[in-house]
Amino acid sequence: MNISLVLQMAADTFPDRIALTHNGVHYSYGRLYASAQAAAARIVESGAAYVSYLGESSPATVVALFGAAMAGKPFAPLNYRLTVPETNRLIERLFPVFLITDLDKAASVPDGAARVLMTGPEFLAATASEEPGEWDAPQDEEGVAVQLFTSGTTGEPKAALLRHQNLLGYVLGTIDFASAEEDEATLVSVPPYHIAGISAILSSIYAMRRIVQLPQFTPAEWLKQCCDQSVTNAFVVPTMLTRIIAHIDETNEQPNLQALRALAFGGGKMPLPVVERALTLFPEVAFANAYGLTETSSTIALLGPEDHREAHNHPDPLVARRLDSVGKPLPTVEVEIRGEDGSVLGPNELGEVFVRGPQVSGEYQGRKLTDDDGWFPTRDSGFIDDHGFLFLAGRIDDVIVRGGENISPGEVEKVLRSHDGVEDVAVVGVPSVEWGETLAAAVVLKPAVTVTEQELQDLVRKQLRSSRVPEHIRFVDALPYNEMGKLLRRNVKAIFAD
Amino acid sequence: MQLKAGTKLHSSVCDTDVMVIKGSGDVALTCGGAEMVTARTGAPGQIDPGFASGTAMGKRYQTDDGSVELLCIKPGKGTLAVNGVALEIKAAKALPSSD
Repeated sequence: MNISLVLQMAADTFPDRIALTHNGVHYSYGRLYASAQAAAARIVESGAAYVSYLGESSPATVVALFGAAMAGKPFAPLNYRLTVPETNRLIERLFPVFLITDLDKAASVPDGAARVLMTGPEFLAATASEEPGEWDAPQDEEGVAVQLFTSGTTGEPKAALLRHQNLLGYVLGTIDFASAEEDEATLVSVPPYHIAGISAILSSIYAMRRIVQLPQFTPAEWLKQCCDQSVTNAFVVPTMLTRIIAHIDETNEQPNLQALRALAFGGGKMPLPVVERALTLFPEVAFANAYGLTETSSTIALLGPEDHREAHNHPDPLVARRLDSVGKPLPTVEVEIRGEDGSVLGPNELGEVFVRGPQVSGEYQGRKLTDDDGWFPTRDSGFIDDHGFLFLAGRIDDVIVRGGENISPGEVEKVLRSHDGVEDVAVVGVPSVEWGETLAAAVVLKPAVTVTEQELQDLVRKQLRSSRVPEHIRFVDALPYNEMGKLLRRNVKAIFAD
Repeated sequence: MQLKAGTKLHSSVCDTDVMVIKGSGDVALTCGGAEMVTARTGAPGQIDPGFASGTAMGKRYQTDDGSVELLCIKPGKGTLAVNGVALEIKAAKALPSSD
């Protein structure tokens, strides 16, 4: 198997259809396929072991991804927001590398690490070719297609390996080939070093839905592209949707989103008020909430459009709360909730989410985390309700152990967030002589609101119990998130270090 | 012939190419009435008129019991069959796009 099949089929079927739009320039499927072939030849000739891309989304990302696949080399995109020393440590792990980058960082790439170093435009010019020829992509079953470095919030970044069979398993199992209408276009605003950026390329090309690249997300630019490019589909991470809605509310302009049919979000917990506001603001749009991990080649569970609309303002609280769930597992994967002793738990019982299926890699360089039966422990805690909806309760590694009692930050955060004056909140465990660990809450208040620590502590005591009451509360201006909207809990803990 | 997930197979009587999605072991897989091959050699043979309704690009074909599933990666004029029984197009699951 080889992921280049995705582009090959699209190019065979409708070579002249537009596959990609970047800065107003269009690229057809045939042109991208021909370029990927030319790129593969270059990569093989270079003798590089990896192909890496350090930069924002561009047509070169797509050509490099498929070119690497056709050359049988892993594609390892890098986060362009890292510092030079961090970047260099990763590049050394890709030696010898075929590196494509537009950034100044290229000048500081360690000597000898790169076999080939060129900018995106140079790479596109060097591989420009109109007529695809014949190219036999390696069909190595175990071949690694994509290697993604984790954000490394707890140490050196780990290299997650996604094999051709994992990514193709996801694409072939969830998308019908060429199922998009010719007028459909998807706005891709996630960066290429994120799993959502990779799956957006593969899924859109297989569905033959035109990709519109938005390399630098801002709410205004996102809305402009939606309008100018008649965007029909989009995927955003929670912070993006939060910012889009805030922008619409602030400018008080009704955006022109007439073409927009479907909006998917994922990559983190979407705050319930944001979803509810979005459902009201865009009544005609089909919403999908996707849950997935890098190690599972993207989406494994999905809350679809009908579920969103049904749950919105539903009188039955058990139906209404589905807006806070990640929906049901895809038909192509199995999901189980397991207890600490490894036993499989029943409905509504909280435990660790395990997943199995062709798309699940569960593998880092040098370490495979799946068990003998193929089950991958996600390290997410959650439960499945009586109707099969999966609810997540946070990362298991974030659980606070206070006096021997396990406390999930999520349950306390939810109560604090329900306070009218609270804009955002993060609860972490901090060292305590008495309890081993105790709860601390960093709270962002809404503008011009006064709330006392006592008030918040009373709220938690009333709704939960005394062991859940944060001993320490700090009011802060903002919480530390990374660029993808992931809360950096380690940095929250640092707030309480003094 | 021996099937294995990921294997590409070609029709020996038309343009059809398929990739094996599911299926293993020795299976009598034909296209247009003739056994499929891993590499085309020589001139194409004659299509059996009883197996000439064609294959469609990107469609999945499966046996009744779902034990064999193929993805058409290049269409042609022949009909896919296992043990002489024509394969059916697998109904689309129609998931909402999530990326």
